[in-house]
Formats: sequence, C-alpha cells, structure tokens
Amino acid sequence: MARFSFFGEGPPGIDLDELKGKMIVLEGTDGVGRSTHVSLLKQWLENNGHAVLDTGMTRSALAGKRLRQAKEGHTLGGVTMSLFYTTDFADRLENEMIPALRAGFVVLTDRYIYSLMARSIVRGADPEWIANVFSFALKPDAVLYMRLNIDDLITRVIQTKGFDYWESGMDLHLGADRYDSFVEYQKRLLAQFDSMVESYGFEVVDASGSIEEVFDDLKRRIARVVEPERALGSGKSKK
Amino acid sequence: MPASMKMYGKHRFPGRLFIVEGIDGSGKSTQLSLLHKWLESEGYVASFSEWNSSPLVRDVTKRGKKKKMLTPMTFSLIHATDFADRTEHDIIPPLKAGAVVLADRYIFTAFARDVVRGVHPDWVRSLYGFAVKPTVAFYFRTPLDVATKRILGGRDAIKYYEAGMDLDLSDDLEESFRIFQGRIIEEYEKMVEEFGLVVIDATLSIEEQQAEMRRIVTEALTGTKKTRVRRWLDLASLGKAPQE
Repeated sequence: MARFSFFGEGPPGIDLDELKGKMIVLEGTDGVGRSTHVSLLKQWLENNGHAVLDTGMTRSALAGKRLRQAKEGHTLGGVTMSLFYTTDFADRLENEMIPALRAGFVVLTDRYIYSLMARSIVRGADPEWIANVFSFALKPDAVLYMRLNIDDLITRVIQTKGFDYWESGMDLHLGADRYDSFVEYQKRLLAQFDSMVESYGFEVVDASGSIEEVFDDLKRRIARVVEPERALGSGKSKK
Repeated sequence: MPASMKMYGKHRFPGRLFIVEGIDGSGKSTQLSLLHKWLESEGYVASFSEWNSSPLVRDVTKRGKKKKMLTPMTFSLIHATDFADRTEHDIIPPLKAGAVVLADRYIFTAFARDVVRGVHPDWVRSLYGFAVKPTVAFYFRTPLDVATKRILGGRDAIKYYEAGMDLDLSDDLEESFRIFQGRIIEEYEKMVEEFGLVVIDATLSIEEQQAEMRRIVTEALTGTKKTRVRRWLDLASLGKAPQE
C-alpha cells in the first residue's frame, strides 16, 4: 500500500506508490520563528545524510512573482487571492514536492494548506469550501504546529521586524492602527489553527522557549518520522 | 472578501445574469452580442463579462500557456482565479446594482475542459462554489463537424491548449482538436440536465436562434425594472432634486 494519500481526490496522473520520501510541515502564525527553524532543521537533516527540499509560500515558478506583486498592490478580492495562493501551492506541490518525494527526499515545508485555509477563513471564506479546494493536497507525515500565545507573539514581533501590513491583516480594517489590527488578526488566525489541531492531527510545539529548546523539540519529533529505527533504538524498546 | 462568502444558488441580487456556453465555433458569441444590443435598445443596463481579468492573473495564465508549464490542476486553478476576479469585479457589483450581466462562457466551460483533462468532476464543481448561479444558462448545441469546419476554415491557427495537445491525444493538431472538442461536447451534454442548461440548436439560422433567446430572456426579465440609461445631464439634475 502507498505510504501517502490525498485528503480527497488528488491531481490527475500521480501514482502514489512512487512516493518514497517524507513530508514534514512547520505551521504557525507569523513571527513564531518558522523560517529560522526550517533552515536549522535543513542543515541538521543534511548533516545526518538526508536530502532535503525546503519550500514555502509564493515561491512557485508559475505564479510566485505575480502573487507577490498582487499582495503589494492589494487590488484583488478575497476569493481571487485565495485561489491565487492555491494555484501557487498546486504548482509547488506538483512540480517540487511530489518529484522530491518520488526521489526520496525529506520535504520540509514552511507552511502548508493550513495557513492558507486559516488566512482565507479569517477573510470570510466558507470553511467547507476552502477545505474542499485544498482536498487535492497530500497528507503530510507530520504537522508541527509552533504555537505562541498572543502576548508572546506581540513581544517577539516588536523586537524583530515590526508589524507588517499583511501580517497585521490591515486589509480587513480590524483596528485603529497596525498594533490593534495585528492583535486582532493574529488572534483570529490562532483560533483557526487551534481549531485544526485535532481534525488535522497537528503536533503542538511550544514555541515560547529559547531557539535551542524549540530546535531540540522539533528535532526529536522529526527524528521519529525520518529515522524511526534510530528513534526507537534510543527509546525504551525491550528487544 | 465580504463578511461571509455566499455559495452557488444562495446569492440574492436584483440584477439578472445570462450566460452562453458551447464549444468553439458554436456561434455563441455572435448570439450574445446580438442579445446585448437588443437589451440596450430596450432600455436595460447590460454589462459584458469575458474570460479575461486583472493583468496580474492574466500574465500568469499567458506565461503558463506559452511555456507549457500548466498541469491539468494548475490550468484549472489559474482559470478559477481569473473567474473569481471576474465574479468579484465584473459580475457581483452590477448584479447588486440591478443591472443585466452577460457572460461569454461561464463555470460550465471549466467543468467541461477540466474534467476532460482528468480533474475530478466533484472537485472542480466545489472549486467554483462561489460562483453566482445564472438566471439562464444557454448551451449552444453544435455537431462536432459543423464546429470544426467553422474553426478550421477561418480564424487563426488553433493554439496548443485549445486543441488539448497537453493530453497527448494525437500528434496532429487538428486531429487532437477534434478529439478534444468531441469530449468537451460529451461533458456539456451531461451538464444539460445537471444544471438545467437551456439548449439552443446552433444549426438553426442566426435569426431563429436569436428570436428564441430573446423570448426566453424576456420571460426571465419580468419583474426587473428597466433602468433607463442616465446621461450626465440627468445626473446633474438628480443632484438638485430634493431628498426623498
């Protein structure tokens, strides 16, 4: 039996039996340190002899550039934006992730359909509709949901890059200024992620610790997926 | 995005939406433009919507087609993105304002060609769940050989995706076009009942087809007020009118 499956009906012409690699997703709101950890984890996995494909949103060859431009101009409507992101995602799924899995890579992705769904739902999309749209996606081996509560998130964002227009959901007019808007927008996103924990089997990773602590936690969880033999050996196996 | 997204069949707008479907060479665009002229002469405000949208989405579609980068899935999704933009900009606002909107090709085009490309029929139907249900959807039924004669006879060269060349049906462009369009017809025929498409026999004369369309549209317009086209002088006088 194939290791992988789709949430619903997959794209035409893909033989699941050919997919050999592992797929690991890092999810979470803006500012939890996902991209930092993706690059740390990539290095770690490669040091351990795994070939790694790291990928993230708006990086598709097909739509990535135009999608980033659309964000800057923000003239497109909500449904249009949701589908534009979906196109970008589908291009990366079919042309990057699936070929990498076929070749036995570890696919490490910064965000997956969950972020895209959360973002769309917060902007008024019908939850059932958007879940159906993304039902062509592959089910990953693990979804590591890096979680920070709203207060920690604010502290971290202030210290790093400040309140970005989109990360503050300014297009939604939720608050008087970027701070108010950021708080409200990220709260809503958090609520969406939290509501997916059970239905999509997220592993919740406490992202409030130091980089080293979070990194160790992530490594432990990823080792279970990528090197089950080794992880078992170090555990309490009696054999 | 509006506060909450409305799904197919759930929109309630004072305007009316008439759409035409059919394979290339069925004569649907000619019929729609005749209908457009007639509606305006009757005093309705009619706006026209085609498959082409914001430059950003259009660029991606164009580039994807030119470089043959599109899979059935991304072909489907980029057209859905384009259609969403059309819906949000060209279709919903005039319908809200009580206008008549005319669309050359609609969701049924996507259902037909995406399914022929191997995309799952249920998935593509749910993908377009945000679309406004048309007041009347006309399907111009055309025998394959009539349509191919019209297309292959005149016009510019057939393009790669139009001929379904991505499906490896045949190395010959014309042959591929014929097989592809034949399959599209099969999909349309399945949708006639599923979506209550109103069939127009596209082998009839142009005048006969138009008369039939106008009869059906007239019926569907009962209850819609004619909105006289206001010229700028009218608008100026409107400004002076006392508040009601």
